[in-house]
Amino acid sequence: MGVGERLRVPENMATKAEITVGAKLVIARDELQSLIDVLAALTYRVLGPTVREGAIVYDEVKRLEDLPAGWTDRQDAGTYRLEKRSDAALFGYAVGPQSWKQFLHPPVERLWQARREGESFAVEQDLPRTRFAFLGVRACELHAIAIQDKVFLGGRYQDTRYQSRRQDNFVVAVNCAQAGGTCFCVSMQCGPKADTGFDLALTELLRERHEFLLEVGSVGGIAVAAQLKSRAATPVDTAAADSVVTRTAGQMGRALDTSGIKDLLQANLEHPRWDEVAERCLSCANCTMVCPTCFCTTVEDHTDLLNQVAVRERKWDSCYTLDFSYLHGGSVRQQTRSRYRQWMTHKLAHWIDQFGTSGCVGCGRCITWCPVGIDITQEAAAIRSTPDAGKGKPRGGP
Amino acid sequence: MAAAQPDPMVSQLYRVGRVRRELTDTVTLEVAPMAGARPSFEPGQFNMLYAFGVGEVAISISGAADANSFVHTVRDVGAVSGAITRLEPGATVGVRGPFGTGWPVASAQGSDVIFVAGGLGLAPLRPAVYHVLANRSRYGRITLLFGSRSPKDMLFRAELERWRQRLDVDVQVTVDHADADWHGHVGVVPALIRRVAFDSCEALALICGPEVMMRYTVNALAEAGVAADRIYLSMERNMKCAIGVCGHCQFGPTFVCKDGPVMRFDRVAEIFAMREI
Amino acid sequence: MRARGNRVEGLEHILAEHPFFAGFSVEHSRLVSGCARNHRYDAGTYLFRESTPANEFFLIRHGQVALEIVSPGQAPIVFATLGEGEIVGASWLVPPYRWTYDARATELTRAIGIDAACLRSKCEADHHLGYEMMKRFLPILIQRLQATRLQLLDVYGKR
Repeated sequence: MGVGERLRVPENMATKAEITVGAKLVIARDELQSLIDVLAALTYRVLGPTVREGAIVYDEVKRLEDLPAGWTDRQDAGTYRLEKRSDAALFGYAVGPQSWKQFLHPPVERLWQARREGESFAVEQDLPRTRFAFLGVRACELHAIAIQDKVFLGGRYQDTRYQSRRQDNFVVAVNCAQAGGTCFCVSMQCGPKADTGFDLALTELLRERHEFLLEVGSVGGIAVAAQLKSRAATPVDTAAADSVVTRTAGQMGRALDTSGIKDLLQANLEHPRWDEVAERCLSCANCTMVCPTCFCTTVEDHTDLLNQVAVRERKWDSCYTLDFSYLHGGSVRQQTRSRYRQWMTHKLAHWIDQFGTSGCVGCGRCITWCPVGIDITQEAAAIRSTPDAGKGKPRGGP
Repeated sequence: MAAAQPDPMVSQLYRVGRVRRELTDTVTLEVAPMAGARPSFEPGQFNMLYAFGVGEVAISISGAADANSFVHTVRDVGAVSGAITRLEPGATVGVRGPFGTGWPVASAQGSDVIFVAGGLGLAPLRPAVYHVLANRSRYGRITLLFGSRSPKDMLFRAELERWRQRLDVDVQVTVDHADADWHGHVGVVPALIRRVAFDSCEALALICGPEVMMRYTVNALAEAGVAADRIYLSMERNMKCAIGVCGHCQFGPTFVCKDGPVMRFDRVAEIFAMREI
Repeated sequence: MRARGNRVEGLEHILAEHPFFAGFSVEHSRLVSGCARNHRYDAGTYLFRESTPANEFFLIRHGQVALEIVSPGQAPIVFATLGEGEIVGASWLVPPYRWTYDARATELTRAIGIDAACLRSKCEADHHLGYEMMKRFLPILIQRLQATRLQLLDVYGKR
């Protein structure tokens, strides 16, 4: 996305295949280092998975050794553990607690600064300047980024800061070779195959040689792929990559029946299940922090001690906090029950009215990182199994 | 090259013009942009007003002194609104907007219009009243019903008296309680609805006030035969960004900042009666 | 129009035209008008005072009545005004039959007073009449209760 115009292909780089969008190449494992180097040379800040503090987190990647080679994750409701693999796969795990939203939609961001000038004040604004290259974006994450694109760029008002970060964003996707214990991207039709929204997509092939099938997804991807040592993919290579994805699709840890889910949840806003889940929910907001599509923020205005300089910051917020819905001296959603209901009905139902798609990509993070193991797929199934307990009628949207 | 639209999250600088004290805790301010033209607005829309270093608050536009100003009526109910009520003429205030949906003054042409306001709710309705009265011949019967806490808490009293003097508008006011100096109605707005004669098939009702008052008013209008798609409310929820990206103002599947604040009642009827939605 | 007097036939006609008695049978109208008499109140005069016996209830034909409560050291607080077509008074229905507030005419007011003891005894004798009266009174009382609750919430006050 966006680099093709600037790049000149060095004359001494050998390319064996003619590269177009959709082209499939094969590169050796070590060639990933060249990929990182090429992106860094293009002044991207290359971010990818690393192991830190017992989890796989996204951080700056400079060397291939920074990646979690030989690691996998064991995930279940309220459980996350890393384990050593018996092979040296670089991407042999699902997703960690973070998503790419921490870079595209940062947890804290200064929107502008105002300086007093006599009786008046002047506003100054800095636009973000970092160009991000993401290495290892899963299919569910590609969909999550597309969902947030709709939220921030698809309405009447664009989020200019998000726009400037997305404009210059290089995406290297990875097709999952292993599903996580809480994954249900198949149910949400968000994976496991990366089919759109990337510049390059990798599928890890662990055969006699450790290689990657490299799919070119954009014009910008062509320019970068042309700088790597590669060979054209053979039908055997393509079949091997396809079978990786097929195997992953069959390993989903969870499933969620999405048929009619919008009407189901909107007709069951008084279902007793909300009271039941509220007895377990701590309203700790973990799920909203790890969720790759949750976008709620608050705006805070601060001044320095002399009241001369004022700063407006935007920070992640969560509908689980008590004062999220503060109005006229109190909160609209006082009970945990109402806040859990808000989160889940927004994610699976209202989002469809608002943005045309589900808000959930089936990554399973909310299940894994809930301290009490609340499982969104279980909650949806519970309501689906007793829809009359809600005693409502389906409604239309706004 | 056309001028770029200002970043909707950046407050534009406005200068405070006239300030008028309406009630002990409520003022009306005129604000005009320090540079450039004032954006156009529709009755019912709101701006985010910023007091330097304190914060922002969503305030409905309650009028326009001229083509280059906004008029806002603000009540002191917290740190930000309090700071704004204490601004003096010449002070600088930040303004983002206008945002939101407006009252259906255009589609109301040809119908009778009933304005029903409670307390400070008369302020967001006032631009719609101005518009309708300025184009009087395009509308049928005009009725304005207004409830306040007490006679001394009655907003825009002088203006209400002027409207009442017109022969083509029916203005009825009531207060929750009064002393013997008050010779008007004492009671609630729904009771006024029962007293006023109007054609329930022809009327379009525009309601603004505390949510409880709007609920009771909607019931009284429904009892009087006004259909749910002929009733409009102005909803209120916590607002931070006002552009539909912070999530705070959600009311069911709607964002009050962009699908509202003015909403047609039938579209929200089911969730309107629900608790903690 | 009769300014004074309690000629039964004339009052029966006036009662039948009052919205409260819409749908009342001729026989019941006659029974009720036997307890009725005309009243006229100048502005500022009281229909009744708190704690006095609730001897009659009133149907307002014309004018406005303010219901108010007096507290020591404070000016009276008006909590409701009632006008043409409306009913004033419910304490006559239940023991100890004493008014719980003052009712003051705020302008020249004409009303029909229905003697409470007279009407109560007729309702005891004819339960159909009693039921017809209750059917009309109850919706009014419920509306007043709902309005009172809304006033109690002080929705326009500051949180």
